[in-house]
Amino acid sequence: MSVNEIQIERSTRASNIAAILGVLLLVAFVSMPWWGERSGQRLLTEFLYTVALAQMWNLLAGYGGLLSVGQQAFVGLGAYVLVALGLHAGINPFLVIPLAGLVAGLIAIPTAAVLFRLRGAYFAVGTWVVAEVFRLLISNSSSWGGGSGLSVTQTVRDIPVWWRDSLTLWCAVALGASATLLVYWLLRSRHGLALTAVRDSEPAASSLGVSVQRIKWFVYIVSAVGCGMVGALIFITKLRVSPEAAFSLDWTTVMLFVVVIGGIGTVEGPIVGTLVYFVLRELLSNYGSWYLIALGLIAILFMLWIPRGIWGLMSARFDLRCFPVQRRLRLDEEAKR
Amino acid sequence: MTAAIDTLLQGLLLGGLYALFATGLALSFGVMRMINIAHGDFAILSAFLAVAVVAGLGLNPFVVMILVVPAMALLGYGLQRLVLNRTLGKDIMPPLLVTFGCSIVIQNLLQEIFSADTRSLDAGSLGTDSLALGGGVAVGVLPLLIMASAVAVLAALQYLFARTRLGRAFRAASDDATTAQLMGIDNKHVYGVAMAIAMAVVALAGFYLALRANVSPSEGPARLIYAFEAVIIGGLGSLWGTLAGGMVLGVAQSVGLRLDPGWGILSGHLAFLAILVLRPNGLFPKTRDR
Repeated sequence: MSVNEIQIERSTRASNIAAILGVLLLVAFVSMPWWGERSGQRLLTEFLYTVALAQMWNLLAGYGGLLSVGQQAFVGLGAYVLVALGLHAGINPFLVIPLAGLVAGLIAIPTAAVLFRLRGAYFAVGTWVVAEVFRLLISNSSSWGGGSGLSVTQTVRDIPVWWRDSLTLWCAVALGASATLLVYWLLRSRHGLALTAVRDSEPAASSLGVSVQRIKWFVYIVSAVGCGMVGALIFITKLRVSPEAAFSLDWTTVMLFVVVIGGIGTVEGPIVGTLVYFVLRELLSNYGSWYLIALGLIAILFMLWIPRGIWGLMSARFDLRCFPVQRRLRLDEEAKR
Repeated sequence: MTAAIDTLLQGLLLGGLYALFATGLALSFGVMRMINIAHGDFAILSAFLAVAVVAGLGLNPFVVMILVVPAMALLGYGLQRLVLNRTLGKDIMPPLLVTFGCSIVIQNLLQEIFSADTRSLDAGSLGTDSLALGGGVAVGVLPLLIMASAVAVLAALQYLFARTRLGRAFRAASDDATTAQLMGIDNKHVYGVAMAIAMAVVALAGFYLALRANVSPSEGPARLIYAFEAVIIGGLGSLWGTLAGGMVLGVAQSVGLRLDPGWGILSGHLAFLAILVLRPNGLFPKTRDR
């Protein structure tokens, strides 16, 4: 049988439909300032940056095998880059966003050098210590507003409200979509095979010539860049930065919850998880702490009984893949004979 | 000079409390190879339980401790058998995420029941008594008692591990769970007992914490981090190492605090990171992280 008779399929019917739907959705999102309400626009902004954060955590934990409970370190750094460059240096806040990613990525390098001495669960708590160190360092320096924080309203004062809201939304669309597409593209590329190999078994991957350590460095830094950019954007919407809020463990809690519910190690999972998270939040918003208790319990139940998350369950049952990363071999009729 | 010695002594004694927090964590990692992210929250839970029972029944705090510690041990056994054992395996993620969920649930339950206010236990005269060591240096009786308890707990555990059947089962299950099972060890029960002990010790730590200072429902994660730092500084798998780790952490924190009120906790973290860079396996490593 000749090579021509075997075809490698990389797309599915679901993925073709999803691609069309995705483009339509993106057009709808980007044009929302012309047809949507401000409150809806805000909610969509929040939805999209949550997707971006969740994708970053998914890349780190779901593919790189690096369990971090300290990603708030980079969200917080992004927020404080906004203070330094937006408030103190007077740079347009929306231009600060990529710079925040750059700074977070640069700081991630020495951080990784120290943290990679720890493995597994110890690495997880180590990332948390690093986030605490950043928080305490900033709390102790008065030029950054100290423990009580400061207002960054100054940075957006000269931008008309319509432009401010629209630019915020567009940045959120860009971050949410590019985080998703980046993970998707990475997984379909040559590096994707290495990444999934590391996810499935580190020793096996390294025995096949995958440099596990290099993958981990790469994933850690990419995730830091993403979280840093989202951090700057989040605090453009909040307009007040304090160490408690910027370096809050809640950021990581949300990422973790979303990814676990949606399906860890899948591109679709973080999107599905964010949808579920927003629905739950609307339903339970009147119950105060009980809302968080419910989220904690749901995460525990999922981990115990549905460890692959909603998307994992659906894609196994219906063979549904909107972002297909696998290669399928299809033999032509002739070859079968 | 006196101030320097005083700071050093305070720090060393604080290490006793940190060692109590760290022991349970070291034990559960040593035997089950899992980290309980809710470890600190369980300490705070037992502190609040003790506060509630003291307030409700008007008993002496130490009598209440005798009730709370076994109750927490029982909770630990149940939690391990019913929930955590299901999560154990090659993947470290399930136990980590499940206990992370527990942490959020406990923190918010405490907040809902007790409000966000800080609470403490009244230690009576014990809280203020001190022993004069001469030269103007004095140490509190309560910190000394805590240090003595930490040493006693560690000595007891050391004996348990080295000399008893249960300790042998612990070591066997830790080294090779499958083979241990072939030799007739009921791993699930062994893990349950290990978690019960871990929980009893951390309950004691939470009780002492509430005697020494005010505790708030959201304090658990901070306590977990100190415990974790003490374990890593001391070296994985070394019981006495946790005491050394706790002391290093305690001294770093009290020296930092002396220099600047904002630097106490931060210098503890920095000492931890410095040790991680200089001696990644801690001061007294025994087992290797697999």
